[in-house]
Amino acid sequence: MTVALDNTTTIHGDRVSLLRVLGPAHVWALGVGIVLVGEFTGWNFAADKGGALAALIVCWLVGLLYTSVAMIDSEVTSTVAAAGGQYAQAKHIVGPLMAFNVALFLVFAYTMLEVSDAILLGDTIVAKAGVEGLTHNSFIAATIVVLAWLNYRGVLMTLNVNFVITAIAYISIVILFFSVSPWTQGAVLKLNELVTPSNALPYGWIGVIAAFQFGIWYYLGIEGTTQAAEEVRSPARSLPYGTMAGMITLLIAAAMTWYVCASMMPWEYLGITYYPLWDAGKLTGSPLLENLLFIATLLAALASANGCINDAARAWFSLGRDRYLPSWFSAVHPRYRTPYRSILFLLPIALAFAFIADLNQAITFSILSGVLQYTFMSINIMMFRKKWPLGSIRRGYTHPFHPLPAIVLFCLCVVTFFAIFLGFGSQLIAMTIFYFLISLWFHFYRYKFVRRGDQFTMPWPKPQGY
Amino acid sequence: MWIPLSYACWGISIVLALWMLYDWFKVDTTYSEEVLTSSREGELEAVSEKHRI
Repeated sequence: MTVALDNTTTIHGDRVSLLRVLGPAHVWALGVGIVLVGEFTGWNFAADKGGALAALIVCWLVGLLYTSVAMIDSEVTSTVAAAGGQYAQAKHIVGPLMAFNVALFLVFAYTMLEVSDAILLGDTIVAKAGVEGLTHNSFIAATIVVLAWLNYRGVLMTLNVNFVITAIAYISIVILFFSVSPWTQGAVLKLNELVTPSNALPYGWIGVIAAFQFGIWYYLGIEGTTQAAEEVRSPARSLPYGTMAGMITLLIAAAMTWYVCASMMPWEYLGITYYPLWDAGKLTGSPLLENLLFIATLLAALASANGCINDAARAWFSLGRDRYLPSWFSAVHPRYRTPYRSILFLLPIALAFAFIADLNQAITFSILSGVLQYTFMSINIMMFRKKWPLGSIRRGYTHPFHPLPAIVLFCLCVVTFFAIFLGFGSQLIAMTIFYFLISLWFHFYRYKFVRRGDQFTMPWPKPQGY
Repeated sequence: MWIPLSYACWGISIVLALWMLYDWFKVDTTYSEEVLTSSREGELEAVSEKHRI
């Protein structure tokens, strides 16, 4: 039996759409929430690749990469304000095949990051407990299912929770930083003893290039803010504000994290530990700081997984809405106004990967998909500015120095691909083959189901040259 | 403490997963497919923010 919808939006009458309830703070919580876990684990493996100084150099160079990502993304998404983020951008600016690939990059990047977060959270609890026979599986299951439930119940509560737990995790880094007297060396911090000219770059400059692979972790996921485009009250204002504020927040957090950790641990240990900030808390000798950083590690992992579920579901939902995948996935919950079928579909996939994959594999797949997406963005902005020059359509934000950020972004992506090839060459080749084969499937089979005229929804003038 | 917490995590996961499955079934049998998949990209933008240069 079916009944008519009795709970409709004032804008859409009988149509059920995602709710437009978010502000800049939620955009910040989504972006920083996804990323901040990278300060608690991940970035430090760059030290293993090239030493402590290499981890600092990639902190700034990858910071440049992501600043370019944030600027470019802010401009395009303040114009293409639709769920799916970079997918909707690619669809309107490049074309359907690129859009399909970009959506898959997004779903893979966020689902694999969610898997990594859940594994990290489970392992952290098991490490803290030190109880024989205790495994991480129950904590992984609870993380993924509880957060999926939260996402199922509504975006406003999901991102309110993310704002609170991200803020607590961030403040813990600030508290740690000021607790170790950062203005003096010798008392707690011993940077000049631990990072010396003889060990700063133990593998030379090739080590710096290799460190790019894990330097990505300082900021991986900030571009996820665009997935909220259809749910923010004012996308042209909120998305650039939230994304740029998030990027500034992360640059500060990354610098503080490197300074404290490199000043307390030798690079040989820093490069292999899974918990650099928690370890730094332990090394201060303060039980309060140790427990604070333990809780902050858990909260950062939770916030990241929460944001990833939100973003992956919206990318999958958008594919269904345009019939790039069965339209069944484009259902919106009539009460909670969330893409509930997409959330539920991705839930068992995340659980399966979390139970069978190891952390390194999951992280590598996430990073690879992310870097593929950033490479696309550098080409995308060049085409966007060429087809719709400044003044031809309304932009909520216009990024400066074009085309310099696009060129910088492209060059840094090439370096990162090389770094990934050095560490995980077989995975890079396997993923490239996967995306090639799935593109063939889309082009020769799936695209005939797409309603070609309906997929282009932005009220723009014709592009220049057409 | 940790072992009971581990069992509690399994319990919470199962309860919430079952609740989502129940709600999914309820929604899909209450509303028509046309209504559930009626969301359209760009409509909110077109209505709530006029496109002016």
